[in-house]
Amino acid sequence: MAKKTAKKKEFRVLSTTAILGYGFPESSFRAGLAKKPDLIGADAGSTDPGPYYLGAGKSFTDRSAVKRDLRFMLTAGVRRGIPVVIGTAGGSGARPHVDWCEAIIREIAAEEKLSFKMGVIYADVPKARVRRHLKKGEITPLTYVPPLTEAVLDESVNIVCQMGVEPIQKALAAGCQVVLAGRSYDPAVFASLPIMLGFDPGLAIHMGKILECAAIAATPGSGADCAFGTLTGDSFVLEALNPARRFTKLSTAAHTLYEKTDPYHLPGPGGELDLTGCSFTELPGGRVEVRGSRHVETERYWVKLEGVRRVGFRTIAVAGTRDPIMIREIDGILAGVEAQVRDLLKAESVEGRIFFHVYGKDGVMGGLEPEKRIRSHELGIVIEAVGPTQAAADSVCSLTRSTLLHYGYPGRISTAGNLALPFSPSDARMGEVFEFSVYHLMPLARPDDFPMRVVTLRGGKETK
Amino acid sequence: MKRNILTAARVIRSKNSGPYELTLDILFKDREHFELFRRRNVVTKRRIAGLYGRPVADILKIVYFEPSNALKITMRRPIPSGDAGETDIYGAQQHAPLLSLTY
Repeated sequence: MAKKTAKKKEFRVLSTTAILGYGFPESSFRAGLAKKPDLIGADAGSTDPGPYYLGAGKSFTDRSAVKRDLRFMLTAGVRRGIPVVIGTAGGSGARPHVDWCEAIIREIAAEEKLSFKMGVIYADVPKARVRRHLKKGEITPLTYVPPLTEAVLDESVNIVCQMGVEPIQKALAAGCQVVLAGRSYDPAVFASLPIMLGFDPGLAIHMGKILECAAIAATPGSGADCAFGTLTGDSFVLEALNPARRFTKLSTAAHTLYEKTDPYHLPGPGGELDLTGCSFTELPGGRVEVRGSRHVETERYWVKLEGVRRVGFRTIAVAGTRDPIMIREIDGILAGVEAQVRDLLKAESVEGRIFFHVYGKDGVMGGLEPEKRIRSHELGIVIEAVGPTQAAADSVCSLTRSTLLHYGYPGRISTAGNLALPFSPSDARMGEVFEFSVYHLMPLARPDDFPMRVVTLRGGKETK
Repeated sequence: MKRNILTAARVIRSKNSGPYELTLDILFKDREHFELFRRRNVVTKRRIAGLYGRPVADILKIVYFEPSNALKITMRRPIPSGDAGETDIYGAQQHAPLLSLTY
């Protein structure tokens, strides 16, 4: 995009909450509105809750909580003429997530009789398109990710790509007051409009990077409170909207580390944020000013793809033991149980995998646990069974639970049963199991070319 | 006498950096402790690999970040977030071995 000079001197952004649906105090939101924001935004998603939500097309946030947050944002934004931008709708930003969030927005619009134009942008990438790039050797795995194969691509569902600022700018330029975007680079929610108005991309994206987590970067930090950013020609200033919090040099800089591999170089769609020359300065009133953030464009425009595949179904059982002899013998017991169950399953031609999560031993760290001694007087055991069907997972879990309950081990004196089961029924179906299968870069020839629908609502009703 | 890391750090934490990496942050109490650790090269890939029982090749990066007096270690997740049998989807409870670091 041609470099433009900002006509406005400042651009003011109200970020409501770290994830849409995490909530915010109404008082903070009102304090933010009083500062006359040019944009109200919220990032609505993350891959952090794991692959299930992308695969199942469900949100990890609660519908009524998302509706509550959106109601504040939409009513204030629409009535005051402030653009409202939501990124990574529905938590994972694939079509079902975007549609879920759109339905909530339509409900609010009807209830509040709001009139506005909304751009709905999808981030789904057809497999055929990924396959074309794969054949040309243009699908690049991120660190530790296996190269993508056609077979894995075939099995994958809901492949999305993290859009940059361009599609959101296109919606805003088309006069959309509300933009609901699928999977987005988190800062794009906040940086699209100021960059379009000519503000520096490095500063705008860095500000977005901090604001996407709202008050998490303040101290005391909170994911359920608002934050405010003011972008100028050569810096941006962050401030909390709750008198209980403030931004400090350390809280802001520490946040730059959060969930990143290298805090000096933060890759995103089409480029990289270079923070090697960045400075953080405290201002009076719990504010921090940031300077020197630079955005460096890459020669080709790359975006990150995310996709998952279903690997089966899961059933679990929760149990505990308080027997010191069993605790001492636990490794041998679990290995013996698994071997016995495997034999039975083989005879019955049932497939499945068994995992024991043993709390009090290595339930939290698994293979990374350096402490080999068990010092607890009781152990919690979660039996995890994964099978190709829910029925298979149920069978594997049930059989493993009953075998462990009555397993005879060396030195056993408690012969009535090995497990304390807290629940009846003891086994719980967890449903589908997904794993990340696509976490790769793909080149984009047209970074603004994402499928977009424009919806016009008048008094909450759709008009053509 | 060697001192424990807790005399030098105010925050020690772990988190995912994407589903395939774990990232560990040590935020020092002040610039002096940060500089001391950097100067003496207290935290090395080999030492982290030893603490976590992983091959040195699985420790991706150690970066010193001056603006927050922090040290960041990024390593390979033994199991990607959410795969069957995984134990910590967010990667938020993998920091404890660092608490035994001395300097």
